[in-house]
Formats: sequence, C-alpha cells, structure tokens
Amino acid sequence: MSWLIVGAVPREDIPTVDSPCAIDDRTLRIGGYSITPARGTPALLAAACHAAHALGIEPPTALIAGDTGRGDGSARLYQALLERLDRNVEPLMVFHYLQPDIDWHNRIFLKIEELEQKPIMVADAGWMYVAKMSGLAPSYDLFTPDIGELAFLADEDAPHPFYTRGFLLQDEEKAPELIERAYAHENAARNLLVKGRCDYIASSDGIIAEVCEPCVEAMEPIGGTGDSLTGIVAALIHSGRSVPDAARIGALANRMLGLITNPTPASSIAELLPYVGEALAGSMDLHRHI
Amino acid sequence: MNLFTRALRSLRNSDAVEPHSGEGLSGRGILIFERTSEVIAAETALRKAGVHIAIKGPPPEIQTGCDMAIEFPIVDELEVTRVLSAKRIKPVQMLPLQDTLLEPVSLYNTKDFGDYLMVRAANMKMTIRKTDRTIVNISGGGCPDVPFLAERLVGKTLEAAREPRTLGNSLCGYALQMAYDELRRQCLG
Repeated sequence: MSWLIVGAVPREDIPTVDSPCAIDDRTLRIGGYSITPARGTPALLAAACHAAHALGIEPPTALIAGDTGRGDGSARLYQALLERLDRNVEPLMVFHYLQPDIDWHNRIFLKIEELEQKPIMVADAGWMYVAKMSGLAPSYDLFTPDIGELAFLADEDAPHPFYTRGFLLQDEEKAPELIERAYAHENAARNLLVKGRCDYIASSDGIIAEVCEPCVEAMEPIGGTGDSLTGIVAALIHSGRSVPDAARIGALANRMLGLITNPTPASSIAELLPYVGEALAGSMDLHRHI
Repeated sequence: MNLFTRALRSLRNSDAVEPHSGEGLSGRGILIFERTSEVIAAETALRKAGVHIAIKGPPPEIQTGCDMAIEFPIVDELEVTRVLSAKRIKPVQMLPLQDTLLEPVSLYNTKDFGDYLMVRAANMKMTIRKTDRTIVNISGGGCPDVPFLAERLVGKTLEAAREPRTLGNSLCGYALQMAYDELRRQCLG
C-alpha cells in the first residue's frame, strides 16, 4: 500500500490533486502537473520519491493544493483530507506545509482516532505548529523541528514560533533542555528529530541518538534541507524501519547529501535532490557499521 | 470557526471586552482583524500616520495559529478609526487591553559564512551574499506563503526586494520581515 504526503504548494494554478507522484529528471510530476522542487512540500515530495526509489518501495501519494499564503488552498486540502479518510487510509501519513487551523486539525484528528488501524503520523512545518497548538502533539509519531521550532514546542504558551518567549533561548547548545521541556509540557510527538548543527533523536525517555557528522555548514541556510530530511525519514519508515532508526539513518543521509554535493549557502535544494539515493546508500552502509 | 466567530465568542465570554471595566486595563487597546493581510495593511497605514503601535499575539480565546493583533494607545482610538476608515480597513473588533497579549520574538541569531551572512528570526532564516547584498536563500517556516515569498525574494538585493510583509500573509512571513530588517540594519545601517 502507498503512503501519503499532504501539503500546500506555492502555485495559484494547482487545484486539489490526489495522485501518486514521480520524479522525472529534476521535476516532480503529480497528476499531470509539473513542479520544480525548490523548497517546502515539493522538496519533501521529491526527496521522498528519490529515497523510495533507492529503497525499492513504492513512491508516495501526494495530496496537494496550491496556496501562496491566503489559506484558500489549505482549506481545500483540509476538506479533501477529511473526505478522503472515509475511503482511504494509508499506513503512513506525512503532514507538512498548511495554514495552521486548530478546528480543521481537530476534525481530521478525531476522524483518524476513530479508525481501527491508525496510521503512523509524521508532522513538520505548519501541521506541526497546529498539532502542538491543539494539545494533541503526543499522539503523533514524529515531529521534525529545527532549533527555533523546538523552542516553540518547549514554550507551553506560544501558539506559533513567532511568539516564543525570550527566556527560551534558541541556542543549539540548549537543545537537550528544550527537548526535556517540550516533553514535560506534553508538546512533543512520541519521537523528535531536531535538525541543527547536531541532529538529536529523542523520545519522552530522553535523547536516543545524536548525529553530528559529517557537518556541512552550508546546508543550514539552504531552503528545503529540512524538507528533504523529513522526506527521506518518511521513506525509511515506510520501508519498515522503526521511527527512531529511520530518523537516525535519515539524519545521516541528509548530511551525506551535503558532503556529496558540496553546496554553498547560495545553492538550491533542487541541485542536491538528485543525489538523495546515493546519500541514502552511503548512510545505510555507515549505519550498519556503527 | 473563523477568527470573526472566535472574536464574537470572546466578546461574549471574556471580561477583557467589557468597555472600560477599569481594573487590569493598561491604557492600550488592540485591533483584531479577520486576515493577517489586513493586519499588515493596517500596520502600514497606522505607522505612516504616526500612531505608536506594536504587533502582538491576540488573546488565547481568539487565536487560530497564524494570527496577529495590533496594540495601540487607547487615547488614539479616534485617530486609529479615522486612518483605518480612510484606507477602508475594517477591524473585526477594537478591544481595551488586559495583560493577555503575547510578545513577538525579539532576539536574532546571526551566522557568518564568509562570503554569506544569515540571520534567523524565530523560525525564519534569510541569507545574503555580502558582496552585492543579494538574497540567496530563505529557509524555515511552516505557513504556505513561505515558499511563495522565497520565490519572490531570492535573487533580489536587499535594496531592491519588496518587504516580505507586503507579500506575505502569515506570522512566518512576518518573522521573515524581522530577519530582513535585521539584515538591512547590519548591512545598510
């Protein structure tokens, strides 16, 4: 069975599309639409397609809608997902860029709660924000925040990273404390993959693994490198890896991607994505020897 | 439930909306809007008119996630009304303020990559090339206008790029504006 990735794409001309996705050269093909994976959900989808190919599993199904920030596409996406849950539930669902809306989130969440067989749920970006705001974060299997988003998860009062209180310093050195605080206030998913100079894989029991090498500094400013990581990890989960294992291998693979492509802070994620398969193979080799 | 409905519910349920109830009031008021784009338009108009305003998070009862409110001196209520009316911007509600508003982040993280400079504000990062101040990358965020903003701004210089808040519709867009302002402050003085 396929796996599902839900998110908005920055194009006014794309309606709600529910279709398997494919990567052709450097272009995403979804239901007759061609999309350049420059960042955001298209970058996640492209990374997921490359990783799926490398792992020998089926590519994800994409549920997307065009939204440039007005929220209209996100509203259509919430509606489409709600209706879709009546007839089709993939075993893995990845939720990504959407205009946060607690009411819509909770309607969808309640529908998933009613299912006999619940999917593995991964959330990043806007969906992670709304999952935290709704107080339902612990029901998710994986969040993939960066350090600014981790501070937001650690702040029990913040409804958005924009309002994270100043005493929660968004300093990478503080990541372990912020992780602990996010779990203490039940604002974290069952597993966290915190992206940064070192990537931390954590659960409510504490930090499970830390991945710091190889370190390619130029990856941080490149838009979409967090999205590629989430796409790779999701593919690994669908291939049968446990969530913490997938997070650890995925973190390593995303770093290998930087090592292979040697980017500058001006590089585009679209230039890096064709090397996801190679990076993943390298990371799985390394993981076997750790 | 949209923001308007939430605001009405708040009006019915919260002491914060009783006019001039006295205790707990701070001499400031807040403007609640239905859309973030209206907040941004109102902010521009009020600042231009010289009203001392600040962007804040609305009270918890009426938050939906990507919301902003405008705090203003309550004594300027008439002036605020006049400026907004002239611009045909209609707030959902104008409320006296109690201490329920959230402060936006005010700390920046700057990282020097040699030929490039990156500034992070909250969850948003903007990176420029130092030699010509061209915006080379935008990363972070979770609202749908972020990829759209990146497409519009990457490749432009700090001098030529439009302010992110005039293109964006969300708090992520506003955080990007803060990173942009900080880069302008550091590079252009």
